[in-house]
Amino acid sequence: MAAASATLLKSSPILDKSEFVKGQSLRQPSVSIVRCHPNAPSALTVRASSYADELVKTAKTIASPGRGILAMDESNATCGKRLASIGLENTEANRQAYRTLLVSAPGLGDYISGAILFEETLYQSTTDGKKMVDVLVEQNIVPGIKVDKGLVPLPGSNNESWCQGLDGLSSRTAAYYQQGARFAKWRTVVSIPNGPTALAVKEAAWGLARYAAISQDSGLVPIVEPEILLDGEHGIDRTFEVAQKVWAEVFFYLAENNVQFEGILLKPSMVTPGAECKDKATPQQVADYTLKLLHSRIPPAVPGIMFLSGGQSEVEATLNLNAMNQSANPWHVSFSYARALQNTCLKTWGGRPENVKAAQDALLLRAKANSLAQLGKYTGDGESEEAKKGMFVKGYVY
Amino acid sequence: MSAFVGKYAEELMKNAKYIATPGKGILAADESTGTIGKRLSSINVENIESNRQALRELLFTSPNALSYLSGVILFEETLYQKTSDGKPFVEVLQENNVIPGIKVDKGTVEIAGTNGETTTQGFDSLGARCQQYYKAGARFAKWRSVLKIGPNEPSELSIQQNAQGLARYAIICQENGLVPIVEPEILTDGPHDIQKCAAATETVLAAVYKALNDHHVLLEGTLLKPNMVTPGSDSPKVAAEVIAEYTVTALRRTVPPAVPGIVFLSGGQSEEEATVNLDAMNKLDVLKPWTLSFSFGRALQQSTLKTWAGKKENVEKAQEAFLSRCKANSDATLGKYTGGTAGGLASESLFVKGYKY
Repeated sequence: MAAASATLLKSSPILDKSEFVKGQSLRQPSVSIVRCHPNAPSALTVRASSYADELVKTAKTIASPGRGILAMDESNATCGKRLASIGLENTEANRQAYRTLLVSAPGLGDYISGAILFEETLYQSTTDGKKMVDVLVEQNIVPGIKVDKGLVPLPGSNNESWCQGLDGLSSRTAAYYQQGARFAKWRTVVSIPNGPTALAVKEAAWGLARYAAISQDSGLVPIVEPEILLDGEHGIDRTFEVAQKVWAEVFFYLAENNVQFEGILLKPSMVTPGAECKDKATPQQVADYTLKLLHSRIPPAVPGIMFLSGGQSEVEATLNLNAMNQSANPWHVSFSYARALQNTCLKTWGGRPENVKAAQDALLLRAKANSLAQLGKYTGDGESEEAKKGMFVKGYVY
Repeated sequence: MSAFVGKYAEELMKNAKYIATPGKGILAADESTGTIGKRLSSINVENIESNRQALRELLFTSPNALSYLSGVILFEETLYQKTSDGKPFVEVLQENNVIPGIKVDKGTVEIAGTNGETTTQGFDSLGARCQQYYKAGARFAKWRSVLKIGPNEPSELSIQQNAQGLARYAIICQENGLVPIVEPEILTDGPHDIQKCAAATETVLAAVYKALNDHHVLLEGTLLKPNMVTPGSDSPKVAAEVIAEYTVTALRRTVPPAVPGIVFLSGGQSEEEATVNLDAMNKLDVLKPWTLSFSFGRALQQSTLKTWAGKKENVEKAQEAFLSRCKANSDATLGKYTGGTAGGLASESLFVKGYKY
């Protein structure tokens, strides 16, 4: 089986750069008409979000060459863990200080096109009294907002989870738009050691589709994130198989919910072996499997695919992204990293004001490395030991 | 393994990619005996085997025409026929680097409880039949599903039935070495506008690809044969550029890049219309990761048929007409068609209301 798939991958056509027309936008036909026959209900309506053009523009801006997303939307509890790891108390002031450090890094917008915020941060100001959102916009970074309400146990499943947050989502997203957010994020998970069961996959896909449709209605570009957890002893072929199924479900339900694909972004996990698998994969293998998955499941209308790092080390995450960008892809293939961008920066800061500049330099260093990786130009020279440390935590609760 | 990787995987991918060569396309010459009878009667020619053989020989021996074709779809009778010199048609095609294909469906039947919607038959012994066709030289297959637009159509039932049927046909073909052409045709009949056709096409294609994925079909070893997105037959016409935009948008939203080629059906458009629309799509300045080409029946043969009119002395002229349509469509796949290949015949609409294939 493994041999067959390896042969398949080797011979799978990788299209030459010359076969793509780069950087051209399709003038969208007007989708401003909703067709409903009052007497004869038809399943077929043309989606009419009043934000259609803006969504497309925002998605394209975030998916711009050489740039990716800084995920800094850790919930208060999770942010608490980060602060605790450098000996800091989980207070609003400390969270504010840390987020100020991140958003104010000079020139961050050269490498970062979007930043995902937690609700508290969306309404916060920096320690200088400026709105976080305004600082980001000045840095040429689009503010985004985490809108899900976390994972809870899924009854009837095999100890799996589902993601909550649809109640009141319409008014919440409208309020976030007012506050300056222009994209949203919703993270659900799929666990391979637990199956995954058909129920869990269906729920994950359906929840994402509903969230995406509601977000678009409120003018927010939805980032669609079904994270296939790294936990497990499974090999890369099994991950591939599960990913194929998950993405088929996701896209089918997105289509059923009339989501406009030109106005979404994806946040998948890369296709890798499980964390406890004895066989490791090279960046080339990760790239081959992941690109194969994308080619067989992702319609070209989707402008950007922003990978999550999910516990990989900073360097690993950069190397894998770089391997995926060695030839032209039909979509922008980039990053949406949290730990893989922040880890060294956080440790360098250690909570001390005198370390702020050094910490920001560390952040910029990683942001630049990933920017190069997005362009397929990362060389890996001069990486620190800290950056190579794996960040996988078994049974990690986000 | 999520996609079925059987013993024919490499060959399927290679053949699908070849058929999708830019500058080439498919001649759909798989009219059933009944349907070809209609064509022949339109030029007052009797529907007997020798006439059917004569027409196909005319097409397949047209000098230089085959260089613009990567595949020809045949009806079962034709797969086993020969030229008047005794050379099997399959060999004629193979010698000219044209892959022989075979229609494997057995026509449509109505789905009870719907408003005239249909499903496609042909599953019984399909695997065994595919093996026979493979032995006879076929390397791709075609199965036509039909949907229609109406106040309540296409219904969820019809979409699911046809999508599942296409998926099942596709995997059986792949198990037996034939590249499946997946054809979910949405008929043009009706007063609907182009937006309605776009919505229907996107919904149907999303369901089709979901079904293909669920059935573990290897997408790199398939081709798609969709309708272009156009206004309904009773609706005012629109410019080729508009058709191109709606069609390519629908495909960009539904067809993963792993599919090497999309070969459009002409569905009643005139020869010239079909070529001009295909050309407009290829001129469109947007990323299209699959080849956009043709799999035309009437839109390649109409003028040729009329020019031949069943007479030996017209064969040469008829073959010239055929060559000229092949070249025009080849240019269209490269976005290089400059028009003017239309004689009066080429502009004739081929739309037949409620057309039964």
